[in-house]
Amino acid sequence: MDTPVRRILTGVAALILVIIAFFLIRLYIEARPVFSAYGATHFVFDNAWLPSKNLYGAWPLIAGTLITSAIALIIGVPIAVAAALFVTELCPRPLRATLTILVDLLAAVPSVVYGLWAVFFLIPKIKPAEQWFSDTFSFLPFVGGQVAGPNYFIAGLLLATMIIPIVSAISREVLATVPQEHKEAALALGATRWEMIRLAVLPYSRAGISGAAMLGLGRALGETIAVTLVIGNSAHLGSTIFSQGYTLAAVIANEFGEAASNPVHRASLIAAGLVLFLLTLVVNFIARFYVTRAEKKMLGGAPVAEPVATGAAA
Amino acid sequence: MTPEPTTTLTDVDLPETPLTTPEVPAHESASEAAANGKNGRRLSLQDLKAFYGDNEAVHGINLEYNPNEVTAMIGPSGCGKSTVLRCINRMHEEIPGAYSTGKVLLDGLDVYASDVDLTAVRRAIGMVFQKPTPFPTLSIFDNVAAGLKLAGIKGVEASDRVEWALKGAGLWNEVKDRLNSPGIGLSGGQQQRLCIARTIAVEPELILMDEPCSALDPIATLRVEELIQELKEQFTIVIVTHNMQQAARVADRTAFFLLGDLVEVGPTESIFTNPTDSRTEEYVSGKFG
Amino acid sequence: MSAPTFNEAGLRGLPPVSPGRVRKDRIARTFIGALTLIALVPLVLVVFYLLKQGLGAWNGDFFTTDPTGRTCFPGQTTCSIGGVRSAILGTLEIVALASVIAIPFGTAVAVYLVEYGKQSKFANTVRYFVDVMTGVPSVAFGLFVYIVLVASGIGGSYAGWKGSVALALLMLPIVVRSSEVVLNLVPNQLRESALALGAPRWKVIWSVVLPTARSGLITGSLLAVARAAGETAPLLFTAFATNELVFGLGQPMNSLPLQIFNDVRTPQDAIVQRAWGAALFLVLLILILNLVARLAQRRSRLA
Repeated sequence: MDTPVRRILTGVAALILVIIAFFLIRLYIEARPVFSAYGATHFVFDNAWLPSKNLYGAWPLIAGTLITSAIALIIGVPIAVAAALFVTELCPRPLRATLTILVDLLAAVPSVVYGLWAVFFLIPKIKPAEQWFSDTFSFLPFVGGQVAGPNYFIAGLLLATMIIPIVSAISREVLATVPQEHKEAALALGATRWEMIRLAVLPYSRAGISGAAMLGLGRALGETIAVTLVIGNSAHLGSTIFSQGYTLAAVIANEFGEAASNPVHRASLIAAGLVLFLLTLVVNFIARFYVTRAEKKMLGGAPVAEPVATGAAA
Repeated sequence: MTPEPTTTLTDVDLPETPLTTPEVPAHESASEAAANGKNGRRLSLQDLKAFYGDNEAVHGINLEYNPNEVTAMIGPSGCGKSTVLRCINRMHEEIPGAYSTGKVLLDGLDVYASDVDLTAVRRAIGMVFQKPTPFPTLSIFDNVAAGLKLAGIKGVEASDRVEWALKGAGLWNEVKDRLNSPGIGLSGGQQQRLCIARTIAVEPELILMDEPCSALDPIATLRVEELIQELKEQFTIVIVTHNMQQAARVADRTAFFLLGDLVEVGPTESIFTNPTDSRTEEYVSGKFG
Repeated sequence: MSAPTFNEAGLRGLPPVSPGRVRKDRIARTFIGALTLIALVPLVLVVFYLLKQGLGAWNGDFFTTDPTGRTCFPGQTTCSIGGVRSAILGTLEIVALASVIAIPFGTAVAVYLVEYGKQSKFANTVRYFVDVMTGVPSVAFGLFVYIVLVASGIGGSYAGWKGSVALALLMLPIVVRSSEVVLNLVPNQLRESALALGAPRWKVIWSVVLPTARSGLITGSLLAVARAAGETAPLLFTAFATNELVFGLGQPMNSLPLQIFNDVRTPQDAIVQRAWGAALFLVLLILILNLVARLAQRRSRLA
């Protein structure tokens, strides 16, 4: 009886590998027409996405994906890490649980609801501020000119909100593993709280926090619906961060319905999905590497070469 | 081995410390110590109680620690010796819900007075932990200089002090050629001496050691024990240890704790050979613990 | 009180904490606290607007009619654009089927990993690819199911159950990871003492390990369900969207996220208002799932 159960469960686990292999192969087969027609390099780097003229260069989409995700990281990661630091090191104990739950609740709001809110609240309310910024700092690269309603920056801002809970949650876990003794060692030297954070907490958790940020990046790259609603869906690569744009995920959500009748259009959207998948795969791979390394370091204790022997002391 | 004379004793008027414990013959009074060029401080605990939430872990301890002596605190696990140690530099209150009452007097100055700055207390009372705790990303030099940097001491003065501290910790010859390599690259015993160097670099009034050798091998342990003997020339040292042989080797006086009470304190030799309390005798002869 | 205080007298070598350091500490703490507050601003604003706009939409026939009505012309009072009944039903059915697929499948994989696979090469490979799945964008699952199930014409074209499959793929890694964590918390002595009584491994798992871990498993599964309930992208080209009330999962089906998505893109006040109402309902549904999950966790005997 035990062996059959074991076999069945092994089979179920193997099914996961089969699904993923099948997933990649099917996606590749379906996307192949566009690769063979244009070549993978042209598909990725050509700056022209014009389905009406049968031009499928995905660069404006890839660039848009990278721009919005970069904005999300620049805004979201410092806030998320600060929230994690505040909860683990600074805030009064009774507040801890409440704050943790509130930050986690940010993740409970569905992407489409964030999109709805951004379209009818964020975009109109923030536009004057964006215009002011654009006029005042027009000397900066990628800033200046007329601000579009939906744009890269709004998408990035919304993505920042959406990655804060995950980045913050993982940062919290990483910060919680900093050994109490290291923090106390800093305090025992007469460090203030902030000096303790600088001296003992942040250096210890640097790798883990990088991993958390990368996981957040993975989320931001693949986020679809909210971005579709606020990016403007213009396949022309915008010249400033306040221009309309497009992302890989948004183009799939937006054009797939109408592409069903055009095999090349459909294939290029699936190819866009494949590129997106590979992009998130690489980012997640790096993130896992960092987080796992951080965890291992914590488990192994601080010193690298620690001859633990209590011989004389026993 | 001597501290730079320029940096010692910016001496503010310290009040005359009354010797309140005549039953404990100090082998050197504070003034005698000063006369000998020794400047360790006298520490006294008065009715010190420590709590974890509602649980009273230490029940009103009165204890004197003589200047320039090593005082060992021994006792079975959970007897409160580490808690007492952590009350001295107010590290105890880092634990959520933990607090203490009573007085901790450093040459008569109350560490718990309401206007006392917590960071000043901890700066003035150095602490060495069970496990070596070098700061992970800092070099050997920067590890020792960490406390100096916090106080705004830089440049030549800082490097002089680092050298002095590393020499004081008996580590200088082993690391002088690689001061810029990471502190965590050292062996466990070297790391612990690095932490001791870091502690003495800021010239504390008092050094607390919480089982400083429990993570070390026998040879490293021996080095640290020798170091403690040298350090007491300049500092008053309080050491918590699980290990009675260690207390016998390093301590001038030994205090035995049990279940949150101070059972007995006296010269180390008499605690180990001729204790007055039967519980002490049972413990030091290995009947429990 | 003329005696010197510790602050003034206590230090021989070094100056006491300088005002500059104290100020720096205060500024840094304030800054970190302020950023934490900023993190919560969107939450407060979203909840505020959801309540303000959404409650207004919850009138008479909001929950009892389908979004098949037509827009009212000025002056007309008896017409209605309709409510979200079909969307609620669709979401409930699609998510329920997705849970029925993903939860047993995911739990079985977790049981394999913890009880049989352990640290074997194969088990670690499975773990790694489960992690990979966690990172796959949800729209990619939609594409995949479209290619495999919709374009190939299996069981017709778009259908509710195909949406369920896409959501199940999304839930699967979440269920596996959370269940694995919980199963690992079951103390080994429990397993060993049951095995020592001569019980076969599968029986120990079934009657000792799983019951002990039950509430933890429920928590993980409910969180996965909550996550799936709010997803739009996997449903776009799988369940599609029809406005009519449909009971069977074999046909195209409406759902709350899709209803909101389509309504947002229709620039008419009444329809946008319906989107707010639907969004409020959806968020409440997800919050309740989260709350129940947390309560189950609190009752857990582990951790």
